[in-house]
Amino acid sequence: MELTFYLAAAVAIIATILVVTQYNLIHALLYLVVSFMAIAVVFFTLGAPFMAALEIIIYAGAIVVLIIFVIMMLNLTHEDVQHEKEWLKPSVWIGPALLSLILLAELAYIFMASETSAVATQPVEAKAVGMALFGPYVLGVELSGMLLMAGIVGAYHLGRQKKKIVHRFLERTEA
Amino acid sequence: MEASAPNYFLIVGGVLFVMMNVAAGLIWVERRMLALWQDRYGPNRAGPFGLFIVLADTLKLLFKEDWIPPFADKVVFVLAPAIVMVTVLLSFVIIPFAPGIVVADLNIGILFFLAMSSMGAYSIILGGWASNNKYALLGAMRGAAQMISYEVFMGLALMGVVLLTGSFNLRDIVEAQRNMWFVVPQIIGFVIFFIAGVAETHRLPFDIPEAESELIAGFHSEYSGMKFGIFFVGEYLGITLISCMVVALYFGGWLGPAFLPPVVWFALKTFVFISIFILLRASLPRPRYDQLMEFGWKILLPLTLVNLLVTAAIVLMQNGNY
Repeated sequence: MELTFYLAAAVAIIATILVVTQYNLIHALLYLVVSFMAIAVVFFTLGAPFMAALEIIIYAGAIVVLIIFVIMMLNLTHEDVQHEKEWLKPSVWIGPALLSLILLAELAYIFMASETSAVATQPVEAKAVGMALFGPYVLGVELSGMLLMAGIVGAYHLGRQKKKIVHRFLERTEA
Repeated sequence: MEASAPNYFLIVGGVLFVMMNVAAGLIWVERRMLALWQDRYGPNRAGPFGLFIVLADTLKLLFKEDWIPPFADKVVFVLAPAIVMVTVLLSFVIIPFAPGIVVADLNIGILFFLAMSSMGAYSIILGGWASNNKYALLGAMRGAAQMISYEVFMGLALMGVVLLTGSFNLRDIVEAQRNMWFVVPQIIGFVIFFIAGVAETHRLPFDIPEAESELIAGFHSEYSGMKFGIFFVGEYLGITLISCMVVALYFGGWLGPAFLPPVVWFALKTFVFISIFILLRASLPRPRYDQLMEFGWKILLPLTLVNLLVTAAIVLMQNGNY
């Protein structure tokens, strides 16, 4: 089980790095899907199969599909890939990369120095997740529900079109 | 119910062998049945009842020129047909064909099925996008929108069964139907699941991503040879998968009178639903794209939510702890 965890974690890290470094947006998103699947496997090995399934259904299956949907509408060409190449010069990314490398070293040091708690051996079933969500965290669920509702109303407002009725010479729009 | 190692490999190999052959055989079944309903013979020359048409078709596909368009995104183009095959075949892992004949007795069986079917959408999207062809892209866009929307109703319709059983495990769900098949209390859920299943496998009348009369062949316009064949077989595997799921979720799975073994009951019931899939193709016209979306979001979504609410209320009342 430990080996599968480290393998999945390594795949997740490599895939995520490739997401950033790919010039072609669709290829980058494909790596993002791989990264989500690797994270799902990590959840699975940590004893949270329900979260693993939701990770794939919601993140890999729905959200990235929507992002790809938008990118397909943008009609990317080879020129865009060239632009992307110009933007991602070493001089651009080397500074942030070095700085975050320091943070990574610190993080590694903290992990090495401190006692890490053992991984939960008891699998977290769907029922436990539901209990937690509608028990202690019910406020968070309600708040995210309100946020989503606001999003839906906003999307409806943006997407609403006036109905145009064309009848020979008469042309009018309905709200 | 733990199977020993050789037994386990036998089950895995057996399921794979049967499913691949069923998918290929369905090509013949579909053509013969369509012909029957349209009052003609259908393929009847090669072999007994024209059965060898499957062999001939496969050989033809294998020896055809497998052309990758120079303007396509080659890696993604090759990857796309493989995705549909992998996701559909992986979904068969959780289906209990009979007591003890299941590849993986997962606790989150239904969620695994939903996850795999949502990953299946990528094969259409990526195939259409990588082809770099406007008809393929249009088909891919339609496919993406259709599959994402209908996944929602599919998952919500299933939840009625999960509520009644209290488990995501398909074996538990089948066992819970000993007294009554879930199609009786969950008739709305069944109808919606079946409609969403047709849309998920993008079969007629919901084959809008392909729509040969308007989009040539939609997302697989540029595919030829065995890559097209894989899309084709993937579609038939999808039909078989949805039929198996319908049987396991709503029609008592392997349960049936004892004069036939459980596997035979499962196969018979599945075949009935496969036939309904084919009959749908023979009898219904294709709706317009916006009609499909409207039907989904304005009719099916409220219906599934009401179904879920009523089922939850009844389950709560029966348990008596409200």
